[in-house]
Amino acid sequence: MPSANAAARAQGPYENVVVRQRSMFRQIVDRLVRNRSAMIGFCILMTIVVLCLLAPVIAPEGYNAQNLLEKFLTPSLRHPCGTDNLGRDVFARILYGGRVSLFIGFASTLFAAAVGIVIGLFAGFSGGAADNIAMRFMDVLMSIPAILLAITIAAALGTGVSSAIFAIGISSIPIFARLTRAPIIQLKNEEYVEAARSINAGRLRIMFGHLLPNIMSPLIVQVTVNVALSILLAAGLSFLGMGVQPPSPEWGAIITSAMVYIIDHSYLVTMPGIAISLTVIALNLFGDGLRDCLDPRLKI
Amino acid sequence: MARYVVKRLIFMIPVLLGVSFLIFVILFLTPGDPVDVILSGQVTEDVREAWRESRGLNDPFFVQYFNFIGGIVLHGDWGSSFVNGQSVTGDIMLRFPNTFLLACLTTVIACVIGILLGVFTAKHQNTWLDTSFSVVGMVGISMPQFWLGLLLLIWFGLNLKWFPVSGFDGPRYWVLPCVALGVQNAAILLRFTRTSVLECIRQDYVRTARAKGQTESVITWHHIVRNALIPIITTVGTLFGGALGTAMILEQVFSINGLGRLMVEAIAMRNYPVVRASVLILAISYSIIYLVLDLLYAAVDPRIKADFEGQSFFGRGRFFAARAKKTGHFPKGGGAHA
Repeated sequence: MPSANAAARAQGPYENVVVRQRSMFRQIVDRLVRNRSAMIGFCILMTIVVLCLLAPVIAPEGYNAQNLLEKFLTPSLRHPCGTDNLGRDVFARILYGGRVSLFIGFASTLFAAAVGIVIGLFAGFSGGAADNIAMRFMDVLMSIPAILLAITIAAALGTGVSSAIFAIGISSIPIFARLTRAPIIQLKNEEYVEAARSINAGRLRIMFGHLLPNIMSPLIVQVTVNVALSILLAAGLSFLGMGVQPPSPEWGAIITSAMVYIIDHSYLVTMPGIAISLTVIALNLFGDGLRDCLDPRLKI
Repeated sequence: MARYVVKRLIFMIPVLLGVSFLIFVILFLTPGDPVDVILSGQVTEDVREAWRESRGLNDPFFVQYFNFIGGIVLHGDWGSSFVNGQSVTGDIMLRFPNTFLLACLTTVIACVIGILLGVFTAKHQNTWLDTSFSVVGMVGISMPQFWLGLLLLIWFGLNLKWFPVSGFDGPRYWVLPCVALGVQNAAILLRFTRTSVLECIRQDYVRTARAKGQTESVITWHHIVRNALIPIITTVGTLFGGALGTAMILEQVFSINGLGRLMVEAIAMRNYPVVRASVLILAISYSIIYLVLDLLYAAVDPRIKADFEGQSFFGRGRFFAARAKKTGHFPKGGGAHA
C-alpha cells in the first residue's frame, strides 16, 4: 500500500512504522491458515475435489466400462478399489461418483441457504404476522424428520439428481431461516440500521447491504456443515431407493447396488463408504476450524 | 405447571395441522395412481374406478383433506390402508414400539458413552487423550449410518456370527442396530458435552469449590456437570427425535419391522393413509419430546422453573425468548441429524 506508507512517512517521528491495514477477509484467512483442523480438512477436501475433477484423466475408460472377464477382483495396484459384479473399476466409479455426490451436497446447500436466508431476513426484519407465519411454517418443516421429508418429496418429483437436490435442500431450509432470523431481530434496532434508514435506504438495501454482512459468520459455518449433512442424506436417500439411481455412480448408490454381494466381496461396500466418510470428515474439520476463526469468542 | 403443559399441548395443534396439510399436498402431487400399484394391471377400468371411488380418491383435494382431519378428530379414525383395507392404527401400533425401542436404546448408549467421554475429554483438555477422542468422535459423526450398519452386519453378523443380522426379537437382535445408530449419536453428544463442560469448567464457583477442599468427583459431577446440563439435555432430546426419524435406514439394513420401514414401503406402494398417519405420529412424538425437554429444563434449573411459574397464560413469547437465551434452543426445533 504505497499511499499508506507515504502518509505514514509524512508524519515525521513515526517514519519507520509501517501501518499494515488488513481487511477483515485477510485477517480471517490468516487465522484460517494457522488453524490446524481447518487446514487438514481443507487439504483432504481439495485432494478429493481435484481427484474427482480429474476423473476423466485418471480413469479415461469412464465409470461404466464393463469387463466381464475381470469380475470381483480384490483391490490391487491396477484396481485400487477392486472391480464389481460387472467388472467395472470401483475406483473409477468412486471418482465419477464424487462429482455427483459433491454436486448434490453443494447445490442443495446453496439452494437451502439462499431460500432460508431470504425467508429469515424478511421474517426477522418485518416482524409481526409475516414473521409468525413464516416461522410457524418452518416449525412444520422441522417437525417432519429430514430423511422422511426428503423421500416423500423425492417420491413426488421422481428420482434423479435434480429432485434429490431439491428434496434435500428443502429439509435444510428451516435451519438457515432460524439462524438468520434470530440475530436479525436483535440487530434491526441497532444504530447503524437507524442511520441507514435516515439516509433513506430501502428495506432491501438495509437487509442485504447492512444486516446480512453482520450475521454471515454462523451462516458460513452452517453452509460447510450442511454440505456434509447433505452428502450423508443423499447417500441415505439412495440407500432407500429414492435418490440417484444406478448405474449413476453416486456414492450411496454404489454402496446400495453392491449390497447383494456383501457376504463375499465386502470391499465393494467398504470403499465407497470410506470416500463418503473422508469427505464428511474433511468438511466437518474445515467447519470446526472456520467456526474458531470467524467467531473467536466461541473458541475454547 | 399443569397450566403450562396444557398451553403447550394447545399450541401443538396448529403445527400438527400444518404437518398433515404439507404431507397431504406432497402426496397429492405425487405422480402415479395408487390403483396401478396396488391392484395389478389386470382389472377393468370399472373396477379401478370403483376402487378409487371407495377410497375417496376422486374427491376434490380439500374434501379429501377435511375427511382425513375430520376422521381423526371426530372418530379417532386415522384412515384405512389401501393395501389390506384395515385401519392403519393397527399396523402402526404393531411397528411403532420397535422403532421406539430402537430409539430409546440408542439414546441410552449415546448418553452413557457420549456424556462420560465428553466430561472426560473436557477435564483433560488439550492432552493426547482429548485429541484422540476428538478424532474418534469426528470419525463417528462422519460415517453414514447405513454404511456403519452394513459394516457391523458384515463383521459381527456374517463373519464372526456373534449376533443375528435381521429382525428385532430380543436383546441379541438389538445390539447391532443400536450400536450402529448409537455410535453417531454418542459422537455428537461427546462434542456437545465437551463444549458445554468447558464453558463451566473455568467458572468462579468451580474455583471456590476447589478452594474449600471439595473432592474432585463432587466438583465434576455436582458443580460442573450440573451447570452444563441444559445444552446436554437439549442435544439428547434432539438426538432421540432424530433417532425416531432416521431409524428407517437401519430398519432397512437389519430388516426390522419398524415404523420407518413401514413408511418406506408405503411410499413406494403409494399407500397414502399409512404415510400420512405415520408422519403425524412422528410429528406428535417430536412435539411431545420438546415439551418433555422444556419440563426437564425446569427440573434441572431452578431459574427456568421460576420463569415457568411467573408467566401468564399468554406470556409465551417472553418466556421462550428468555429460555432461548439460556439454552440456545427454540421449541419444536427438529434439526434431526440424518
